[in-house]
Amino acid sequence: MKYEVVVGLETHTELATVTKLFCGCSTKFGADPNTQVCPVCLGMPGVLPVMNKKAFDYAMKSAAVLNCKIDIFTNFDRKSYYYPDLPKNYQISQNYHNLGVDGYMDIVVNGSVKRVRIHNVHLEEEAGKLIHPETPGADYSLVDFNRAGVPLLEIVSYPDMRNVDEVDSYMQTLRKILLYTEVSDCKMQEGSLRFEASISLREKGVETLGNRVEIKNLNSMKSVIKAIEYEAIRQAELLDRGETIDRETRLWDEINEKSARMRSKEEAQDYRYFPEPDLLPVRIDDLWLSTIKASIPELPFARKQRFVEVFKLSEYDANLLIEDKVLADYFEDCVRALNRPKILCNWITNDLLREVKDRKLDINHLKINAVQLASLVEIVEKGTINNATAKEVFAEMIQTGKDPQKIVEEKGLIQISDEGMIGSVIDKVISGNPGVIDDYKKGKKNALAFLVGQVMKETKGKANPKMVNELLKEKLGV
Amino acid sequence: MRLLEATALQIKQKILSKQIRASELIGQVFNRIKTVDPTIQSFLSLNEDNALKVAKEIDRKIENNEKVGLLAGIPVAIKDNLCTKGLSTTCASQILKNFVPPYDAFVVKRLKEEDAIIIGKTNLDEFAMGSSTENSSYQITRNPWNVACVPGGSSGGSAAAVAANITPMSLGSDTGGSVRQPAALCGIVGVKPTYGRVSRYGLIAFGSSLDQVGTMTKDVMDATLLLQVIAGKDPKDSTSVQEPVPDYLQGIENNINGLRIGIPKEYFTEGMHTDVHKALKDALCIYEKLGAKIIEVSLPHTEYAVAVYYIVANAEASSNLSRYDGVRYGFRSTNAKGVIDMYCRTRAKGFGNEVKRRIMLGNYALSSGYYDAYYLKASRVRNLIKKDFDATFERVDCIVGPTSPVPAFKIGERASNPLEMYLSDIYTIPANLAGIPGISIPCGFSKDGLPVGLQILARHFDEKKMLHVAYAFERETDYHLKRAVV
Repeated sequence: MKYEVVVGLETHTELATVTKLFCGCSTKFGADPNTQVCPVCLGMPGVLPVMNKKAFDYAMKSAAVLNCKIDIFTNFDRKSYYYPDLPKNYQISQNYHNLGVDGYMDIVVNGSVKRVRIHNVHLEEEAGKLIHPETPGADYSLVDFNRAGVPLLEIVSYPDMRNVDEVDSYMQTLRKILLYTEVSDCKMQEGSLRFEASISLREKGVETLGNRVEIKNLNSMKSVIKAIEYEAIRQAELLDRGETIDRETRLWDEINEKSARMRSKEEAQDYRYFPEPDLLPVRIDDLWLSTIKASIPELPFARKQRFVEVFKLSEYDANLLIEDKVLADYFEDCVRALNRPKILCNWITNDLLREVKDRKLDINHLKINAVQLASLVEIVEKGTINNATAKEVFAEMIQTGKDPQKIVEEKGLIQISDEGMIGSVIDKVISGNPGVIDDYKKGKKNALAFLVGQVMKETKGKANPKMVNELLKEKLGV
Repeated sequence: MRLLEATALQIKQKILSKQIRASELIGQVFNRIKTVDPTIQSFLSLNEDNALKVAKEIDRKIENNEKVGLLAGIPVAIKDNLCTKGLSTTCASQILKNFVPPYDAFVVKRLKEEDAIIIGKTNLDEFAMGSSTENSSYQITRNPWNVACVPGGSSGGSAAAVAANITPMSLGSDTGGSVRQPAALCGIVGVKPTYGRVSRYGLIAFGSSLDQVGTMTKDVMDATLLLQVIAGKDPKDSTSVQEPVPDYLQGIENNINGLRIGIPKEYFTEGMHTDVHKALKDALCIYEKLGAKIIEVSLPHTEYAVAVYYIVANAEASSNLSRYDGVRYGFRSTNAKGVIDMYCRTRAKGFGNEVKRRIMLGNYALSSGYYDAYYLKASRVRNLIKKDFDATFERVDCIVGPTSPVPAFKIGERASNPLEMYLSDIYTIPANLAGIPGISIPCGFSKDGLPVGLQILARHFDEKKMLHVAYAFERETDYHLKRAVV
């Protein structure tokens, strides 16, 4: 294509506070409609907002982690527009003094680091939700205000992305960072993480930006990518025909995978922003800011590097672990209990993750905790049980949550390392399989594996495999 | 003197000394309402049954020598833009016709805690937008001194109810003079506290950065008592202030020898009525006699105050009133085609002309492309007006002038000329813009026998000085003792 795609993203994320931004109502998802409301979040006459400091802390933390400049003075503004899900018909947001400005986030695309600048980060209140009745021809809609007033963080990037790989990496990285800083649960299916894209095209080598088109109604990261791909082609075709791109807002239709005009620039709303007189400006002193900065944990990228350098994990394994903060925390808890990072990593990325997937459970809800997994690895290391038995014990642990030692004792799974006992089983196997012995002597190497298998079978898998191998070879006179 | 002509403190004394029972008093109050309010029309709704119930409970407490509140048994009327739990609150607007709040305003809660008795809700200009109470969508309140005249506004119902000897006390709200101006026109005492001194929680917003709940009483002592009850920090209002509330009574009787009173030369405009001018001059003589020094001062940005006010207040109002959309409560127009049509019909029918005018003016001032020239510029000039006061209060202890340029005017006289009406608040508006406290006290009568008010302004949070200066005047005069005959 002769054009370069230019993309900027607006991200909305609901902050993970227990109560709403300006009242004491719960923010819990999924309650019955209008059960988590009060006069304040319903916009009743005469009531006043009182800022939730925790939400502001989270917003500051996000701004700091996105390397924004945080002014000592910020303010809320009213953004006016009429919509039935907006109780006051204005949204308390920030416009003239955003909480954070001029930040950046580094993303990795095809192995190299790219910096995407952040225009601003600001705090605002969430709107309610319209419920349209499914009966055809219904002449009403309902409103659920449970969500109204939930703290919402808006993160606006500069148009610094040039292709969908960068956009994808931006979204993934941002999500991971927000999860790591624990400011949001980022559940896209519950709407607590949402993206809007603005896309423009320009001929390669041209400096000035083309007219941008905003795309809304993007319900998943996949939709964002598809919508951008669609829009890039749509704009390229228009430009190829010598037409101009209208500045407009378009709605993505997920089912038909296309977008349609929602409103043109001329129809753009005048939000009539002005400073919210019901709230005092927020002054951020050094102590507050430094406390917030100190609460920022190690971020995913740095953690990955550390896993590779300190624990000698492969890039691939380290990436798998840091993908989810909970998983990485679990891993580190294991390593704290038993310093065998590589083996523990294998258990986690293979066995544990398979269980997580199969059971569709959060890792924290599995019955096997980090200390238990570490002690399972430890008894293998000590030779108390062999690897095969360990898998069996692991399966039992997942079911019951019992300690591995206990399972080994109860089921008598302790590895047999008694030479005499193993020797007599070997003798029995040798005398019972003369044909195989012949094969072996004729040079069939896999005959040995068969014999080892027979011995293991006789001992119900408990024999020390290393010893079985050595003794067999000895008895067969190798 | 008849019981209902007495002040709250006098009535309280009678109740506490068991000369009269609160329930008897309340019975008299409602009898009085039935006799005079068909003429005065100060009330939009009454709380009779509940008031009697509360009064009986107070009687019981007093009978049993239990502890009672600071306002035990005192009837109080509440402006109908203050939310009262379970009691209709309309803002004198059709759009809130059937609105019954499930919560009390902070000030109403405080009154109840101090055993006051809420007798009813008083008339006002719709959403407190006006200076005559003629903009009520329900009724026109009359001035008890002359029923052909307006009581002032927007707290005209609250002022008239006190002046008509229905209740010794009422609450109003003051965004640009809405407590002080009707107090002046009805010959009573009206206090607008410092912005942030009294919680705005439950006061239905007009201009959020200007609104304050104020007191309306027969004299300064009653104002002191009522302010003492409603002042203080409220966690539900972020703009209410932590500043401790002083004991307003302590030292109120001290002399004012050496007090520096500032008289702004800008207040002597040609719009000032000669009778008002004369009353003011007489008042200054009294202050001089009491040992105060009268100092001419200048508040150079005064001439812009009205213009600034009508931009800031209307901008905030246009936003504050956007919630009345028919979706969740209040009036909703039926037969609308779609939600936009529902909004339009609801608001077209629900709001009166003055309210619509101000919403349009406010929206215009906030519109993209005009914001800088109007709202932002107005905010800057507002700062200059504040600075005028700050500088002046370096030189003087308080500022004295007329409350209203004219005594009560005839009903209908100014209704067709909004600009002329807006000038009614020329002396009161600057205090709201600067956030400082102001009081209006009776200081004489016009040739036609209509009351004239004197305004005293003080520094931020210096209500104590303001009340002190007001009381010194009141003690020397008997204007506050005159009662209207209805």
